[in-house]
Amino acid sequence: MYGIDFNKLRFLVCDDNAHMRRILRTLLHSFGAREVYEAEDGATALEMYSHYVPDIVITDWSMPIFDGIELAQMIRQPDSKGNPFAPIIMLTGHSEKRRVTVARDAGVTEFLAKPISAKGLYQRILNVVVSPRPFIKTKNYFGPDRRRNTNNAYIGPERRSGAQPEIVPQPSLLDKARAPG
Amino acid sequence: MAKEKSPTLKVQAFADHHVITQPNPLRRVVRLVDEKNFEDPVARAEKALAGLSDEFSDWMAIECDRLAAAHSSIVRNGLTVAARDELFRAAHDIKGDAATFGYPLAAVAAESLCRIIEHAPDFNRVPADLIVHHINAIQAIVREHAGIGTAGMAKELSRKLRGVADEYLTVVNRDRPEHLEAILAPSIVPVD
Repeated sequence: MYGIDFNKLRFLVCDDNAHMRRILRTLLHSFGAREVYEAEDGATALEMYSHYVPDIVITDWSMPIFDGIELAQMIRQPDSKGNPFAPIIMLTGHSEKRRVTVARDAGVTEFLAKPISAKGLYQRILNVVVSPRPFIKTKNYFGPDRRRNTNNAYIGPERRSGAQPEIVPQPSLLDKARAPG
Repeated sequence: MAKEKSPTLKVQAFADHHVITQPNPLRRVVRLVDEKNFEDPVARAEKALAGLSDEFSDWMAIECDRLAAAHSSIVRNGLTVAARDELFRAAHDIKGDAATFGYPLAAVAAESLCRIIEHAPDFNRVPADLIVHHINAIQAIVREHAGIGTAGMAKELSRKLRGVADEYLTVVNRDRPEHLEAILAPSIVPVD
């Protein structure tokens, strides 16, 4: 079976609530992570993102100064000097459909509604590590492909023009790991 | 074809979008493990979380104090955007954290308070008692958490508060369908 070497992953956790940061740190350390950096607002998180270059960002939505959505938008700048591709997991008490859509459109990779659970967090991390999605760049969006599945029964207009959406899938890491060599 | 951002990126250009793939930088962290020796990381994390549970009652008390302080500040100094936002964040944190800390009914009452702050067209015109009752209820649920037979009372209290809040929000948002839709959606906070 396959596992994740959490000790090789660097996390940035951004939440204005110290208790939630403690919970997240506890969970990540017990998964095996050693490098967990913490920020209590979006501005500090952005600075730490540039400085520590984390592999995965876990952020709250509602925070002072600027929030998790703005943080995601600032990370997802295709022409920035930093890494615009890092997976962003949004962990939030907001879980209305409208909110999920806003987060998705800001470039958030995975959405996890509070209350947090060890299983839920592990599953989101597994998803971003093992099954990364290609990135899409349009006039007004840059981020992970928002289409997680191909719907063959879809009969509406094709909103991506110019061709059928010939998306190059990111091969599953599990498939890669199974391949010899 | 779009300009390559770096030699490691593959970019496919279409009329109105680009598809960008990159070698997964996290590939290095996936490994084969022997099933016999596999220690479930989720079980390990749940155990670690349980180890923190002795602190949860203190944490909830701190969250409740923060909520009360945010409300007192509004009563004392008047309503500002910053003060309203702090009240919302305090309630929202309880909504998100309380179930993890073992107080799911406090989360229900806090969610109801969040909905009032978020969906009332004018927070100044929200009946003061409606806010006070929510804050008192959250504090009471947390304070009396260990009391015998209080769970049923707390559940009924949360349910009634939510009912009164929803009734108020439905009336004041009768001309705001986008808010009505959100208000009438079922609660997503676990009750049990």
